[in-house]
Amino acid sequence: MPAELRDTLPGLDGAWSRVVRVPGAAADGGAPDLLRSWHVLDTGPVLERGGHEIAGTVLAVHGNPTWSYLWRSLLTASLVQADAGGPAWRVVAVDQLEMGFSERTGVVRGLAQRVADLGALTAALEIRGPVVTLGHDWGGAISLGWALAHPEQLAGIALLNTAVHRGCGPIPAPLRLAGATGVLPAATRASTAFLETTLALARPPLAAPVREAYRAPYRGAARRRAIGDFVADIPVGENHPSTPALAAIAAGLRRLRVPALLLWGPRDPIFSDRYLDDLLDRMPHARVHRFEGAGHLVAEDVTWAGAVLDWLPVPAAPDATAQPEPEPKPDPDPAFRPLGSALEERAEDPRVAVVDMAAQPPVRVSWRLLARNVERLAAGLLAAGVRPGDRVSLLVPPGPTLTAGVYACLRIGAVVVVADAGLGVAGLSRAVRGAQPDVVIGERRGLTAARALGWPGRRISARTLAAPVAAALGVSASLPALMRDGDRALAEGARLPPHPGPDADAAVLFTSGSTGPAKGVRYTHAQLAAVRDVLAAELGLRPETGLVTGFAPFALLGPALGTRSATPDMDVSAPRTLTARAVADAVTASGATTVFLSPAAVLNVARTAGDLTANDRAALRGVTQLLSTGAPVSAQLLGSVAELMPAATAHSPYGMTECLLVTDITLPEIAALADADDAGVCVGRPVHDAQVLISALDGTGAAVGAPTRDPGMLGEILVSAPHLKDSYHRLHLTDLEATRDAPDGGRWHRTGDVGHLDVEGRLWIEGRLAHVITNPEGPLGPVGPEQEIERAAVVRRAAVVGVGPAGVQHAVAVVETHPQARRAGLAPAALADQVRAACGTPLVAVLVVPELPTDIRHNSKIDRAALAAWAQRLLAGERAGAPR
Amino acid sequence: MKVLVTGASGFLGRAVAARIAQAGHEVTTLQRRPSGVLGVRDVGGSVTDAAVVARATQGQDAVVHLAAKVSLAGEAAEFARVNVEGTRRLLEAARAAGVQRFVQVSSPSVAHLGRSLVGVGAEPADPEGARGHYARTKAAAELLALSYDSPELAVLAVRPHLVWGPGDPQLVARIVDRARRRRLPLLDQGAALIDSTYVDNAAGAMLAAVERADVAHGRALVVTNGEPRPVAELLGGMCRAAGVPVPSWRVPGALARAVGGAVERVWAVRPGRDEPPMTRFLAEQLSTAHWFDQRETRAALSWQPRVSIEEGMVRLAQHYGEG
Repeated sequence: MPAELRDTLPGLDGAWSRVVRVPGAAADGGAPDLLRSWHVLDTGPVLERGGHEIAGTVLAVHGNPTWSYLWRSLLTASLVQADAGGPAWRVVAVDQLEMGFSERTGVVRGLAQRVADLGALTAALEIRGPVVTLGHDWGGAISLGWALAHPEQLAGIALLNTAVHRGCGPIPAPLRLAGATGVLPAATRASTAFLETTLALARPPLAAPVREAYRAPYRGAARRRAIGDFVADIPVGENHPSTPALAAIAAGLRRLRVPALLLWGPRDPIFSDRYLDDLLDRMPHARVHRFEGAGHLVAEDVTWAGAVLDWLPVPAAPDATAQPEPEPKPDPDPAFRPLGSALEERAEDPRVAVVDMAAQPPVRVSWRLLARNVERLAAGLLAAGVRPGDRVSLLVPPGPTLTAGVYACLRIGAVVVVADAGLGVAGLSRAVRGAQPDVVIGERRGLTAARALGWPGRRISARTLAAPVAAALGVSASLPALMRDGDRALAEGARLPPHPGPDADAAVLFTSGSTGPAKGVRYTHAQLAAVRDVLAAELGLRPETGLVTGFAPFALLGPALGTRSATPDMDVSAPRTLTARAVADAVTASGATTVFLSPAAVLNVARTAGDLTANDRAALRGVTQLLSTGAPVSAQLLGSVAELMPAATAHSPYGMTECLLVTDITLPEIAALADADDAGVCVGRPVHDAQVLISALDGTGAAVGAPTRDPGMLGEILVSAPHLKDSYHRLHLTDLEATRDAPDGGRWHRTGDVGHLDVEGRLWIEGRLAHVITNPEGPLGPVGPEQEIERAAVVRRAAVVGVGPAGVQHAVAVVETHPQARRAGLAPAALADQVRAACGTPLVAVLVVPELPTDIRHNSKIDRAALAAWAQRLLAGERAGAPR
Repeated sequence: MKVLVTGASGFLGRAVAARIAQAGHEVTTLQRRPSGVLGVRDVGGSVTDAAVVARATQGQDAVVHLAAKVSLAGEAAEFARVNVEGTRRLLEAARAAGVQRFVQVSSPSVAHLGRSLVGVGAEPADPEGARGHYARTKAAAELLALSYDSPELAVLAVRPHLVWGPGDPQLVARIVDRARRRRLPLLDQGAALIDSTYVDNAAGAMLAAVERADVAHGRALVVTNGEPRPVAELLGGMCRAAGVPVPSWRVPGALARAVGGAVERVWAVRPGRDEPPMTRFLAEQLSTAHWFDQRETRAALSWQPRVSIEEGMVRLAQHYGEG
């Protein structure tokens, strides 16, 4: 690169830059003396000068129209790691010929030529030892070509947004445009449009100096010529000259067994999630992380170098002669009972299995009919080509249709994707795209969204649609039609395959999104069966007990538990709309004795209790168990609902999408603890087979302590249980964080919640890790002081947040009052005095708002992050307006 | 120890001299008027007078230098003569007299450049960037004092932030006076968090600074109560303690800063010795957050504030009740 640029480009050290003269390869090979001039960024010389022993080489290949500058953060981070005493990986980031600051050869270079070129370069560089390839965009295919050609050296492959297969759908629009005859020269040579379009894909936008650095090698039409050639090399038909090379690479990928890492920016108009899906289909063992919100230039959008360095295979120690034995996989649990067992056992039972109160009139489905429908639908799905492992997204509200769909999928080994409508359209759309379902089954509303938002997957309607409507929505089949097909197939002697094994994937459940973007949580059949078993054991659910709930995923578990389930009449996307009467109606209709409510529903049931009739009240007197889970509700609120069900024991279990039941406590136990000195909400002791440990926080609020059962210590809560999730869906880095520093033995999960254990082994929740207030006296969980403040008569709800830098934060109270405040701001002196008097923690300020911002799903989790940001602005003297 | 306290007739200086004397040290004071502190020896005169300064520093082990020109208005040269040259004179005399410890009482305003300071430590003093003649000359004086730090003379700069308490003729009295005349606006919502220091705590910190200068020297430390409060709450608390109406009218901070700048320019050419009703410095002080990380201060001085804001307000109310 030009000398004057060497030390001026942000993030790039001129010492890495070198030019290598490489004998021509393939088409260039005819002339024996022909040398090609390559520009590369290479940390080898720096590492050598530093006396480092090189662990291996990362060969990084950029795409079009970038250059090796794309990889600068990995070069920096790898040198930092080496200097800190970690493995010294050499990074060789090339500028491909015609690109960056490498030679303009005047030869159009197709895919096969570029792979050969890269091989000639690595030969000339005399790279020894293990090599991990790293590629982005069309550099991905080229790097994989090199990988397949050098199996003896290959130690791993890492890819950022790329593709190896063009059969994944139409060539994306931006490239189609650029590829059209006539447009190509104009767009890529005469103007910098393609370059600028690509750079504009960065989210957030690139800083001006970085943008300039990307432009630096492409000044002048002649230097940009290869950008056009590169686009033209994307195979668009069978007769394209690069088609055989790409097909060979795509096929070869299936043979690769080396570790693989895929880092993906989903907001990519070119390489969408379907290409990620294709890569994973070829490399099912790959670790993958989708950076929600990042796009095509994922290397610029997020901090990623650490993820690669942490993943790089650990070089074998010189004296390690024997490979460690792979851990023998434990034999499948002989006691494993498939999720569909209870349903099959009651296949001849004419009594009611599922009641849907939202239908007019309410729909009742017997065990016999449900079992039959599941069998028919399972056969129909198989006949329609749905395969074990296919992901099926069910955009259907709780009720008999959803239940049949779920159990049919589970029966044939298709993976059920359950995302709650409470995520909202944008959140749901993110979730569905991330899950990349092969099939979407939906009501008309869900299918309309699928069509409008371009969600992936074959579309199947839950009901029969008129042909024009079905065509308009791109619907290829309906559940009734599939059932008819299945019925026919069964009648003709078709048999369903054996139940999926315990280790097969069963479901992807999406988190509520109340604590960040919704994450897909993977469960195997064994883990989902363990959820069933822990519920049965803890709640004592038997065939005759019955279950009333509209709360996913519990609403789906009735048939697995072998007990009758009823969904009350409510808008499932807004549990806060559930009324006391609707609960009573569902109890009456189903005769259930267990009622399971979300916290938001608890609030509204209490609010609407006045509408209950004498008959309603009589029905509720038959309830023996009341549960509220998902977020803590106050004992007072739970008690007000429990009063409607005098025969019921009220439970407030603690759990999360990743582990639906961790601890449990009853209302009388909560009452007995009213005078305890412990801060936070007591959620009781671990349920059977579940374990809880605490990882202490440091001065900045990071959970770094070795997990222990020491009482009285605030820290992050770790949980372990047979019914714990398997992993997150395509969130490798989140998986790493969730299992970081886990104790030996068992499967563990960092919850992101903070709290402590008391001397009796009970767990007390004190808030979210991200909301811990760090001051010199130590970390403080917000829930303890919030509860104290809520004891002040005038306060309806309170949030305690920290202002200031980590380690020296001060606590600020934000309160919602009766009567409601008219505007957000500083609390009047009298209110501030009352709040401070109620709170044992020093508060630097008391703020008041008309209403605390909460999440939609639970309507109970206060958005402390938004409040903290608002309080910080207000208390810095800025114009802060109202929170959110 | 034999300790010279300059500026002991001022509100803070008097408390500091008394506190050091109470701790068993032999205290001499230097200021133009009698200090009124029991049990100390007064030397009358100005820190700008070389002969007086030489006499006062003679035989001392330590100097606590509070004397300064504190005002929102006045000539730049006059601030420089007292705050910078006076400090230089005292440092020279102290060094000549073999004094071993020198506590330069500075101000957080030396590093307040008009932006919010949130949870920071003692940022470097900035004689160019600080706002107003007082802050700029105090910044220069602090840098000057720290440049004298040596194995023979341990120099420590201490910046107490917004000192208040019973008998304060500066901050509290002015606020109360303006509030009584209903001329005290709140800027914006008055929500900016500001640190303050109850006078007894400030005096305790000065004593700790003298006693710990041998180990803590060579740096600047901000001293506060460590209990920031919204400015409206702090001013309101003072007004309630004094039994005067709590300010309720609000002025946008940006407007106050603009008006303050204009008033400053008018006052600069206006004869008379009264204080301007609003200056840019004051407007910035009242509309931006400034609160501090006290960890280094407390560790270096082995000191903790003893009187909370709440207790301080009670004592202030008692004072006004008695008055």
